[in-house]
Amino acid sequence: MSGGHTHQLYVEHETLVHRLPPQCKLIAVLTFVIAVVSTPRSVVWPYAVYAGALAAVAVLARIPAPLILRRMVVEVPFVVFALLLPVISRGPRVDVLGVSMSESGLAAAGILLAKGTLGVVASILLAATTRPRDLLLGLQHLRMPQLLVQIMTFMFRYVEVVLAEMGRMRVARESRGFRARNLGQLRALAHSAGALFIRCFERGERVHLAMLSRGYSGRLPTLDGAQARSTDWAVAACLPAAAVLASAAAWFAVGR
Amino acid sequence: MSAPPSLVVEGLAFAYPDGHQALYGVDLTVGRGERVAVLGPNGAGKTTLVLHLNGILTGGRGRVEVAGLPVAKTNLAEIRRRVGIVFQDPDDQLFMPTVREDVAFGPVNLGLRGPELTDRIEEALALVGMAGYADRPPHHLSYGQRRRVAVATVLAMRPEILVLDEPSSNLDPASRRELADILLALPVTILMVTHDLPYALQLCPRAVILDDGVIVRDAPTYDLLCDDATMAAHRLELPFGFDPRTVARPTG
Repeated sequence: MSGGHTHQLYVEHETLVHRLPPQCKLIAVLTFVIAVVSTPRSVVWPYAVYAGALAAVAVLARIPAPLILRRMVVEVPFVVFALLLPVISRGPRVDVLGVSMSESGLAAAGILLAKGTLGVVASILLAATTRPRDLLLGLQHLRMPQLLVQIMTFMFRYVEVVLAEMGRMRVARESRGFRARNLGQLRALAHSAGALFIRCFERGERVHLAMLSRGYSGRLPTLDGAQARSTDWAVAACLPAAAVLASAAAWFAVGR
Repeated sequence: MSAPPSLVVEGLAFAYPDGHQALYGVDLTVGRGERVAVLGPNGAGKTTLVLHLNGILTGGRGRVEVAGLPVAKTNLAEIRRRVGIVFQDPDDQLFMPTVREDVAFGPVNLGLRGPELTDRIEEALALVGMAGYADRPPHHLSYGQRRRVAVATVLAMRPEILVLDEPSSNLDPASRRELADILLALPVTILMVTHDLPYALQLCPRAVILDDGVIVRDAPTYDLLCDDATMAAHRLELPFGFDPRTVARPTG
């Protein structure tokens, strides 16, 4: 339950990518992902362009490949689903290593995996080069509704407090001989979850009191309003521009 | 001419919506620059009293005035500037992503911006000895440090009166002493709600006992702690081995 000394996903460096204003990076990643998912079905080469563009960003930001690979673990449940596709899909079948698989399912799985992986890697790079706090500022610059930004600000502030509370409850449970071995013990876990919810709710009320006591009137103040310059936008546009061009070229090629 | 007292509470009575009556007519006056401890058993109404001081709770009988200004709906913003409440759990008080933003929260709500705001933040953090920590996230600080930053968040509003709810709870002895040093050096009126009787004796020359929703005693802290009959009548007990008579009688 250690808090660590920096944010878990952020990798401290001083690079061009780290320095870009968060709002530029957010838009860049979003546009990149949209370009990737709108690649036409039948072409494969644009994926090489996308991957190359991401690799270039990773090199620029000095994010080591093993770190990216390790963090790609979050994708696993998704991969499992993609691997099921060729087995459960219908249509013409092919034999792969002695297992009969659907041809269309295999293609769909491959594309799904490629698109998913590119999205995940783009997000990993964003998180590794931008502090959570700056992401919030970026969202605010992009006119995300105040209320949502406030909710995310609090989530960011209190996630460790809640995790610590959860950890203490677990230790207290186990200190009295509790071990989650079968479904029958779900009851105790459900009670813990309920207790945790009530504690969080009560903390929310106390935080609100503390905010009112210091003159809260519906808006959280923001301090550093770092404005993005047009050069920042231009630099950030490089990644999505490459992806959009590749995607568009693929559509053009398919259309002919 | 003399300035009005920092705090005047007169005939304050309050019942919660569920009918539970917490205060039955509290009278308390705290002069400028005084440090007063509010003692009393659990459930005596201490927290209810604190929440009336800045108008979080209203609607009962009685009157609260802060430096001459009555607590009323129309001047809540100014009242909340004048009354700085430091809550018991610093995790409730520190809700912004960094120390700097948290200390800025109150002053920004008061309309401060730019260099004036920066000055306030630095001044408040320097007063509690946390000047180098402005850019840290609160959850990376020790408990004692968080408590001190919590004090800074209200000092940044330059309050007339600092209200502390159990300031010594969960602090190790060193943090406890550091906080005492800081509080003693502050040029501000202090009202301190606590169960920590030695701490009250150390910090506050005057103490009141709140029990069953009324102030039952108001005397120098030293005299109160030495009055065994009163102490026992209100479930107040000194920690084992602590005898106020062995402590030098405080002056002033």
